Amino acid sequence: MVSALDRKLLRDLWRTKGQALAIVLLVACAVTTFVGSMGTWRSLLRSQSSYYDRYRFAHAFAQLRRAPESLALEVAALPGVASVETRVVADATLEVEGFNEPVTARFVSIPPSGEAKLNRFHIRVGRTIVPEGGAEVVVSEGFANAHRLLPGDALTAVIQGKRQSFRVVGVALAPEYVYEIRPGDLMPDEKHFGVVWTSREKLAAATDMKGAFNDIALMLNPDASEPEVLARVDRLFNRYGGMGAYGRKDQVSDRFLSDEIKQLKSNAVIVPSIFLGVAAFLLHVVMGRLVATQREQIATLKALGYSNFTTGMHFGRMILVILACGMGLGVAGGRWMCDAMTRMYATFYRFPSFVIELQWVEIAAAAALTLAAASLGVGGALRRVVSLPPAEAMRPEPPATYHPTLIERLGLRHVASQSVRMILRNIGRRPVRFALSSLGIGFAVAILVVGWFFNDAMDYLIDYQFRYVQRDDATVTFTQPLSHDAVLALQSMPGILRVEPFRAVPVRLRAGHKTFRTALLGLSPGGELRRVIDRRTGPMTLPQEGMVLTSKLADILGVRSGDLLTVEVMEGKRPTRQVVLSATVEELLGVSAYMSQSELNRLMLEGETVSGAFVAMDRAAHGSLYQKLMRTPKVAGVTLREAALFSFENTSAEYLLFFASILVTFATIIAAGVVYNAARVSLAERERELATLRVIGMTRGEVSFILLGELALQVLVALPVGSVLGYLLAMLTASGVDSDLYRIPVIINASTYASSMGVVVAAAVVVGLTVRRRIDRLDLVSVLKTKE
Amino acid sequence: MTAAQAAEPVLQARGLTRSYRMGEVEVHALRGVDLDLFDREFVVILGPSGSGKSTLLNILGGLDVPTSGTLRYRGRDLHWSEGDLTGYRRERIGFVFQFYNLIPSLTARENVLLVTEIARNPLPAAQALEMVGLAERMDHFPSQMSGGEQQRVAIARAIAKRPDLLLCDEPTGALDVTTGRVVLEVLDRVNRELGTTTAVITHNMAIAQMSDRVVTIGGGRISHIETIARRISAQELSW
Ligand SMILES: Nc1ncnc2c1ncn2[C@@H]1O[C@H](COP(=O)(O)OP(=O)(O)O)[C@@H](O)[C@H]1O
Ligand SMILES: [Mg+2]
Repeated sequence: MVSALDRKLLRDLWRTKGQALAIVLLVACAVTTFVGSMGTWRSLLRSQSSYYDRYRFAHAFAQLRRAPESLALEVAALPGVASVETRVVADATLEVEGFNEPVTARFVSIPPSGEAKLNRFHIRVGRTIVPEGGAEVVVSEGFANAHRLLPGDALTAVIQGKRQSFRVVGVALAPEYVYEIRPGDLMPDEKHFGVVWTSREKLAAATDMKGAFNDIALMLNPDASEPEVLARVDRLFNRYGGMGAYGRKDQVSDRFLSDEIKQLKSNAVIVPSIFLGVAAFLLHVVMGRLVATQREQIATLKALGYSNFTTGMHFGRMILVILACGMGLGVAGGRWMCDAMTRMYATFYRFPSFVIELQWVEIAAAAALTLAAASLGVGGALRRVVSLPPAEAMRPEPPATYHPTLIERLGLRHVASQSVRMILRNIGRRPVRFALSSLGIGFAVAILVVGWFFNDAMDYLIDYQFRYVQRDDATVTFTQPLSHDAVLALQSMPGILRVEPFRAVPVRLRAGHKTFRTALLGLSPGGELRRVIDRRTGPMTLPQEGMVLTSKLADILGVRSGDLLTVEVMEGKRPTRQVVLSATVEELLGVSAYMSQSELNRLMLEGETVSGAFVAMDRAAHGSLYQKLMRTPKVAGVTLREAALFSFENTSAEYLLFFASILVTFATIIAAGVVYNAARVSLAERERELATLRVIGMTRGEVSFILLGELALQVLVALPVGSVLGYLLAMLTASGVDSDLYRIPVIINASTYASSMGVVVAAAVVVGLTVRRRIDRLDLVSVLKTKE
Repeated sequence: MTAAQAAEPVLQARGLTRSYRMGEVEVHALRGVDLDLFDREFVVILGPSGSGKSTLLNILGGLDVPTSGTLRYRGRDLHWSEGDLTGYRRERIGFVFQFYNLIPSLTARENVLLVTEIARNPLPAAQALEMVGLAERMDHFPSQMSGGEQQRVAIARAIAKRPDLLLCDEPTGALDVTTGRVVLEVLDRVNRELGTTTAVITHNMAIAQMSDRVVTIGGGRISHIETIARRISAQELSW
């Protein structure tokens, strides 16, 4: 049996169902975003760690020019090293049937058994290679999907100038390539890059690595000190052209993945907090209003013998019902969002399977947050219920006090019409509520601004990076450093308009105890195809001396212009030099270290040597040029700017569209919820007043104007406030995304502000119209008859 | 003195004062009231508006706490703790207000259930409503009833817990003569049939005739207590 008190609760709830629903939806939005992001965060984290464990993702890695296999024993004997695996890794160009753009592949050797000890792959389709199988390869899933490669297909590769044919026997994923990108890139470009596994024997033969290796992976003991092991490995490899050992956190794929996971967590808090804040505010208004109108009922319950606590709990339960509905809806929504987000992540972070399970921790945390926000919102009202003395409440509430508003005192009294004055007085009577309502609506605007801001920022970033900074049509990388003749050879190719050589050397930058592995890029100071551009001051001419770092990298290393840095070169004669940091540059993508090419050549103790070149080509000649370039023996790879741009746009667009559409939905709920509530509460409070005005002879339109005018004013105030909030929120979000992979500029187009305001105004108008219908249907007699 | 009065009083108030701070000024609503209420008696409290009647009734009913003074219920001092007062209101006191104070979202029966669900030894809700002559209107909401009917529901709600004391603050104040009489008849009946000690505040001198005693209050003090020699029934009243 439902008790009489609970029956009252249900009927009261039903009477305020519109408002209750608004709060339910807001809580649901908050819980959805929270549970969704936290759930995705956990699911990625768990998927990552289980993947890494099951497929024995190594703890440390090192590349070197060439070392005899026997060296592996010495590495294995180092203290702290649990196991090692040597490999041959080589970059090659691929020829894919029916696709005449340049494709680069990273060839990775696997032992004859077909199964590596470390960094194992997960076979998705087909099988692994077998010893007597001949020229078999397993290809990475992203690449295979992009080209619809299946077991049985043929593949031709140019490895160090030699053409070789292979047969695909399997499609696989590996923990090393969860994020399957070409070294140096930021986004996967699966059409132009893939990982290809083949037998050690075959690859060693093609690369002249028989009995030798150029890549090693290490598993460490749990108690090993990683930096110590890395240092020892470096010392061992010094003579063999070691390029510096590094741990997981510097492994490209892991770094991207871990960064993404970290970001998910920080985002999991901001958006839900806004929703909860607004929900708390609405609860505050609705419950405040309810308690005020039920003063006598509360007192009566107490007079009948209900304790303060029971009476308080009666209202508490009403709130709990609302919160529980919101939670329930939110958890279901969160599940959906977690699923959708994980599925989206799965398109560019490749896992054998995702561990998706909603954890009680998240749900409990969401419940705790919701309760905390709610108690903030309704604490006051509940306290009033509990402390209301039963005798006191039998006396009617004193009439509301009105004051001449500030605006009136400022002398507008003569201008304002009677209706406008009533609007202003009512605002003046509850300025805080008016302000909070506006703030709530403002947050809706702000959320929309943030949702669309990502789009603007990405557009800007892409435009900036690919039309302003990188203006080459293609980047050609040589298999090894070459003399300037190689540039001349390129220049002489028909269809090539301009060639700008560059020198890139792997280095370790050291400042104090902080180090960073990167490539030091030597550019010709007057270059047009690849420019160093500062966000604030524009294109920069590289100084003749010293180096230039992306400011983010300078931050990471903790250095400022004028400081000295140690540069340990991992190539050639491997010099170690002190170099002055002559300037920092604000860039949006990646972190880089620049030097003038001639200065870099000097540092390397070499003559005019180049690693590759940026080229501009004649549009008409593209196709034939690719073929020619790819067959040039000294060319290791060709990267197309168009392709990079396309993949960047593609990947980010999908992601952003998803978020924007969620945010738009949620912001609309906020706006509609706040406006609806404000309208309903106003209407309830002023029903008598409005009915009286109608009786006196005001038209429906005039009466509606008094109520809706106030709402319109609320929205009007909210628009600029929301825009400013949106900007601040965008700044906050952008600073949360500030990683060494990319920075998001706070660029918000005017059209974003306009559409954000448009959506909110539209939501307000729809709500306004429904309220208007209610005012029109106001039953004058019954309103005036009811006592209150 | 009637036989009932010879016994120990149900409720014994001594030296009750109650003052309110209104900014700078102190309003003395009660200035020292001693009053005994005896088993089964029907007391009428008379006095001009603002004389402290409601304040006194509220304190007697455990709705309010006096500034000083004591209240003894069946020989036991009432502690002014929230728990004590809640229990006292729940088990001992039936309250009837001038404006009925029904819960508008509950039907007549549910309004009564509100009390019977928490009282220790209640009447069935239907029986309580029958006593006030509203058996047929049980499932009506307050908004569907007249003032007199609403007040009878309120009385049914008050008596359903079988209270020791029925306290009514101007129960007919908002009613016309005819409906007021019906309400008074109900109170009279309850007092006679259930033996519930009843105190009724009124402006109406005529009502005094249906009581055992008339307590007159003026300026926060009891100015006069009169014992009615021949109590008449509500039907016989002439206003
Ligand atoms: N809560 C209160 N705050 C201030 N003054 C009060 C309050 N309750 C009653 N009073 C004052 O106490 C006096 C007695 O009030 P009350 O007991 O309601 O009178 P009655 O019921 O006899 O008309 C009046 O002057 C009234 O204004
Ligand atoms: Mg009174």
